[in-house]
Amino acid sequence: MADKESVLDFATDWDHTDPKWVNNPYPIWEDLRERCPVAHTERYGGGWFPTTHEVVSAIANDTEHFTSRQVVVSKNKYPEFAPPAPIGGAPPITSDPPFHQIARRLLLPAFAPGPINALEPQIRALCRQHLDGLKGREFIDAGIEYAQFIPPGVISHMLGFPPEDGDQFREFVHVVLDLIDLEPEVRAPLFEPMAEYFTVQIEDHIQNPRDDLTSYLLNVEVNGQKLAPEHVRGSMVLILVAGIDTTWSAIGSSLWHLATHPGDLARLVNEPDLMALAVEEFLRFYAPVTMARMVKEDMEYAGCPMKKDDWILLGFPAANRDPAAFEDADKFIIDRAVNRHAAFGLGIHRCAGSNLARLELRIALEEFIKRYPKFQIDDSSDVTWAQGQVRGPRHIPMMVA
Amino acid sequence: MKVRIDADLCQGQGRCFSIAPNIFGFDDLGNGVVLGDGDLADETIESARLAQSNCPEHAIFIEE
Repeated sequence: MADKESVLDFATDWDHTDPKWVNNPYPIWEDLRERCPVAHTERYGGGWFPTTHEVVSAIANDTEHFTSRQVVVSKNKYPEFAPPAPIGGAPPITSDPPFHQIARRLLLPAFAPGPINALEPQIRALCRQHLDGLKGREFIDAGIEYAQFIPPGVISHMLGFPPEDGDQFREFVHVVLDLIDLEPEVRAPLFEPMAEYFTVQIEDHIQNPRDDLTSYLLNVEVNGQKLAPEHVRGSMVLILVAGIDTTWSAIGSSLWHLATHPGDLARLVNEPDLMALAVEEFLRFYAPVTMARMVKEDMEYAGCPMKKDDWILLGFPAANRDPAAFEDADKFIIDRAVNRHAAFGLGIHRCAGSNLARLELRIALEEFIKRYPKFQIDDSSDVTWAQGQVRGPRHIPMMVA
Repeated sequence: MKVRIDADLCQGQGRCFSIAPNIFGFDDLGNGVVLGDGDLADETIESARLAQSNCPEHAIFIEE
């Protein structure tokens, strides 16, 4: 953390927790794409960072040479800290084929457009409730007082957890996704409150089954057998962790963009039909999520001497700004019509919650601009960005009147 | 002209049925499916092509 050496050359020593990367990674990626498209680091036990759409896509689709056993780069490295295949710590994101497909198919129906679109009225009500709480204010923090509340409210409902536990969920996510540069022995005990929380929730759902994802996972059968307890727990952890600061970051980045680009805000307010295209461009330009893989065996790949268990940090957000894949890749174009972005990943691990994420993002923005057709960033206070594999603004000070 | 989705390539990114809901739908896993027999009327070819050019998995094919 504080005593960490700062990065001098990201091509040979990248670190996604370096303050330069956290504050503004895009110039770093652009530079790497031009002179070293697959960057290397010895940090975290060794790893690679591809910046082109071509290599990111190739690795995401190559489960023969790369495993998803660990998807968050940290000092807690395999094999000691990751449960063995095929289940992995948080199936299906940590699973490889063929088990991956079994675990994924269990979850997909709940996240398909039908059931997800049915949540719209509830998400809208949640957004309005938080906006109502800000009535009469001239200055707000759109991150701390709005964006961060929306995804936990939805996810707690889907898992059947108490809605008032949002603060705890955000703390769990912080440990899993942000505190990745702590030493393993310091970080490991921080996982305990989350493990205990899930134990309590699982026990409660065994005693009082109800119509939610937790009860579903506890009771669903594959080939006549219920899921292993670690599978149930792992998928619950995945849904909670993956469903919170990812979407929170997407909402936050989009609001930050609109607060700093009054022309785009005015267009969105005046042309509400643009929202569908705008959402995809927000997702492309500010893709929040970077996912990791691990190299299965020593090999030469994309001209790099990769070693078994090296990390691969899959830069989906960097791929989304690759000029070889997108026209005017470095420009935010609110009505971009052709937008084959990779914000939700590519290949078999496509974000299972993408339909939900899109819905939350669209509704959170619609409700916000309906309430505040004009807002701008408050320069007297700092915007801060999350560190790690999920990028988004945490504090978004704004003037809304 | 006929449109089809390669089910092995489709990962349920969901772009096709958002862009062209008159041509594409989804199954209960959320994967894209072509509605009907896939024959494209002249006035639908453009939106089918737009959906094709937005599919991140390159899973949509339009053929004579």
